[in-house]
Amino acid sequence: MEWTPIWLSLKLAAITTFILLLIGIPMAYWLSRRSSLVKVIFEAILTMPLVLPPSVLGFYLLLSFSPNSSLGKWLLEYFNLSLVFSFEGLVVASVIYSLPFMISPVKSALAHLPASLAEASYTMGKSKMATFYNVLLPNIKSSLWTATVLTFAHTLGEFGVVLMIGGKLEGVTKVASIAIYDAVDNNQYAEAHQYSLVLFAITFVIVILVFVFNRNSTGGPLE
Amino acid sequence: MIELNVSKKINTYKGTSTLDVKHNFPEFSVTKVYGPSGAGKTTFLKIIAGLVRPESGIMIVDGKTWLNTAEKINWTPQQRRVGFVFQDYALFPNMTVERHLRYATADQGLIKRLLQLVQMDSFAKHRPVHLSGGQQQRLAIIRALALKPKLLLLDEAFSALDDELRERLITDLKVILKEFGTTTIIVSHHAQETENFAERSLKIELE
Repeated sequence: MEWTPIWLSLKLAAITTFILLLIGIPMAYWLSRRSSLVKVIFEAILTMPLVLPPSVLGFYLLLSFSPNSSLGKWLLEYFNLSLVFSFEGLVVASVIYSLPFMISPVKSALAHLPASLAEASYTMGKSKMATFYNVLLPNIKSSLWTATVLTFAHTLGEFGVVLMIGGKLEGVTKVASIAIYDAVDNNQYAEAHQYSLVLFAITFVIVILVFVFNRNSTGGPLE
Repeated sequence: MIELNVSKKINTYKGTSTLDVKHNFPEFSVTKVYGPSGAGKTTFLKIIAGLVRPESGIMIVDGKTWLNTAEKINWTPQQRRVGFVFQDYALFPNMTVERHLRYATADQGLIKRLLQLVQMDSFAKHRPVHLSGGQQQRLAIIRALALKPKLLLLDEAFSALDDELRERLITDLKVILKEFGTTTIIVSHHAQETENFAERSLKIELE
């Protein structure tokens, strides 16, 4: 069994989770504040990857990133970047695909915190930023854990989007889930077993960790 | 002196009503605010703190205009920095008793004094979840006092305290409020709760 696909999957999941922590938490905070029509529409768009077949999302991303499209042409011309059949393309697609897994739990947790917590902090002279880091964020720690782990695990198991946008280039875009498909396609069941077992073990350890860290939370460990 | 004249529309079970309050609060005074449930007493405190914006109004505190809707002046809660004891205490679950006070002030001497005032020195390292209702309420009071506020707003702040503790706390509070030069407004449903504390009263009713 080649370890490169496993390593690629872990790398893709780690980078995607890191990027989503950076952009997803501020987005979740913005969405958790007072609702508006713009936010409702924005949230509906963010949720689309949850309900769309991955191949549909992958197909449209493939068209959008293709050098024949205006976006693809622009990226190639100004940044010398081709997102089709490249690891960078997988990262962008994974960020889009896993966005709701990061935003949804964090937004829900922020919305459920009593408004008086932030209000008390404001009356103490603390800015919105200071309140966010000192009061809001520490009090949604378990949801933050859940969102991080779900995002990581979801990216690890991606198949349809990854296959559409990245294909199966050895060492570049052939992640573990595709290696399993490829092995089965070539009747190499032993290899498929090995990849599957490693992915199973990794995700099982991750889920155990969430349950351990969130064992004292009032809701269920994955809430 | 606090000069206040505000108007705010409030949704009630009867439909939309208007909260109109015009009142002057003398410096260092303690005023009890009372009225029927849903009359807007908490909203009134939040308007003063800058947490709720009234449709129209003016508020001048010690000669400084905190609010003047006609001139589009509206100080933020951060600028007003009032001491506010919320009805649900609004304690931070992630912070210990001591951390709550350090979040409000860097004055270690004041923190020690406030902990002694409410007899909570031995609970300094406890988080709110490990405190009783009365202890949580006392923490909310001293957190507000740690700001040395010019204006202290108390929303049902003595409701979880027994008579003996409340009496003792009121006696000590009076001393500390005088020392800080704090004007106090307390919302209360029960006359007994503010006995020996509030020397003035203001009734709030919706129109």
